[in-house]
Amino acid sequence: MMLRKFKPIPLIISFLMIAAIIIVIVSVEEFYEGIKGAIVLIVSADPEIMEVTLRSIYISGTATALAIIWSVPTGLVIGLGDFAGKDFVRGIFNALIGIPTVALGLILYLLLSSSGPLGFLDLFINPLGVAVGQAILITPMMISFTTSAVEAVEPDIKDLAKTLGASEVEAAFAVLKESTPGVSLAVMGSFNRAIAELGIAFMIGQNIRGSTRVLTTAIAMETGRGEIALSIALALILLVVVLSIGVLTNLLQRRLR
Amino acid sequence: MNMIELDNVTKTYGEITALDGVSLKIPRGELLTLIGPNGSGKTTLLKILACIEKPTRGKVYIDNDLVKERSVTKLRLKGTMVFQKTVLFNATTYENIAYGLKLRGFLKEQINERVRNALKLVKLEGYEKRPAKKLSGGEQQRVSLARALTLRTELLLLDEPIANLDQRSASIIEAAISRIERETSTTVVLATHNLFQVKALSEKVALINNGRLIQVGKAHEILGDSRKLADFARIENIFPGVSHITKHGTSLIDIGDNVQIEASIRKSGKISVFVRPEDIILSKIKIASSARNVFEGKIVEISDLGPTVRLGIDAGKQFVVQITKRSFVEMQLNLSSKVFVTFKASSVETID
Repeated sequence: MMLRKFKPIPLIISFLMIAAIIIVIVSVEEFYEGIKGAIVLIVSADPEIMEVTLRSIYISGTATALAIIWSVPTGLVIGLGDFAGKDFVRGIFNALIGIPTVALGLILYLLLSSSGPLGFLDLFINPLGVAVGQAILITPMMISFTTSAVEAVEPDIKDLAKTLGASEVEAAFAVLKESTPGVSLAVMGSFNRAIAELGIAFMIGQNIRGSTRVLTTAIAMETGRGEIALSIALALILLVVVLSIGVLTNLLQRRLR
Repeated sequence: MNMIELDNVTKTYGEITALDGVSLKIPRGELLTLIGPNGSGKTTLLKILACIEKPTRGKVYIDNDLVKERSVTKLRLKGTMVFQKTVLFNATTYENIAYGLKLRGFLKEQINERVRNALKLVKLEGYEKRPAKKLSGGEQQRVSLARALTLRTELLLLDEPIANLDQRSASIIEAAISRIERETSTTVVLATHNLFQVKALSEKVALINNGRLIQVGKAHEILGDSRKLADFARIENIFPGVSHITKHGTSLIDIGDNVQIEASIRKSGKISVFVRPEDIILSKIKIASSARNVFEGKIVEISDLGPTVRLGIDAGKQFVVQITKRSFVEMQLNLSSKVFVTFKASSVETID
């Protein structure tokens, strides 16, 4: 019985992958030195690294908060709604989830740069501009996931709330409350997409030190300059932030269930 | 004074007509039992009375007020509905019961008091902090009833409140409903396909089929022709046949297709008998017991009712058997599984 359950192929593939990674690490001395340097930088709490990290969290947090304002109500309306063209609307948002960040970054650059039609908003090379851009980027994702979460709630919940005395709006809130686990996943996932993107941060923020430099733009720049240790340190921090959000989501979901 | 007046109400869902020109008056304080088979329009009618669904055509008056777009939220507060399929918020029992009270702006102490009383009424004292969705099926339905009763609305709408429940929960719910009916002036509309509930609870009965109201009247007037009603209310496992009395004093009823049912009654000639689905024991092997009726068959129908599962068994004649979901899973039953149905001669009842 044990033998039949034993699956050799995935195991062999895992071994090969681990072996490949070890070979790369050993052969690329740069990488090895980089890791060592990165650990030193992180442990010593380098002020510049700290600043860039906090700014990343702040900008993408703002982007997520902004996106929540319009995406969650929109998702709720689409999820609860029963209108002609609902599938079409859903389809559009689903398709837009995968929008390339550089494409959106370029569009926003053309709109927001000082010579662009929206240049007067003064969002170009401005942390708020990056946040707005990221908010636009994650909007389709948040709407789609919220819609799905709302649709997954028992359809009778709305009727239940109403018969217990809720108005349309109060009933919609009852449904939203029931869909909290799914909506929180939408929010957390969107934050991760925002903090990990590069295109918008680069094109709208222009990676200005002390103003719009965030983790992703800093990694790209430092790698280009050959500062591998710094790049690795920043990348590790980015990974830790993204993974922590993932773990947090998991914990939250378990609490809510 | 009518609590409810329906004037030629029709409800369609696309091609399907759920209600077809229903006119009905229900005086204040009355209990009306709505009987009809599944899919006859009972639930739709109740949802319209609850102001959850809008009629496609026709007028609905609640407490002599015409239900309009503008007044619907206000009129909705006059009644509340308990759904057939238990729906609970993903929260504690307390939160579930308090929801409607909070919407109505009660103070915290009043809410605590009412929740406590409501739980007492359905015999779930001290269940406040339990997550409602973790309760058993019967307990969940009792929470839904408590949640509705605690609002003390003038109108109470109950959709098959005890269908597919365990015996204890069913009797607790019946007692609570009887008490509300006896001690308050609440107008109650109760939908059921179970004929026996009518005899136990009701004063006035309305028969509904295919979205049309067939007959409205006092229970004893309509229940007179019980064969028609039995057919109507779809009591399961009804078998017309020819009975002859055996030398042991029981009756053997030939219901055709080589199936004979033994019953502990003494009657001969043409007769209609039935066996309640919950009185039938289902087993994978033939069990030795005192039960007189054992038939081998195979499963031809499975319908999931939440806590219980309803099975159609072809044993020459088709039997409907109801078992708990847990038994269903543990017995690893599937369509066309070979099974035995067993029931006692004393479980066989006559219709007339």
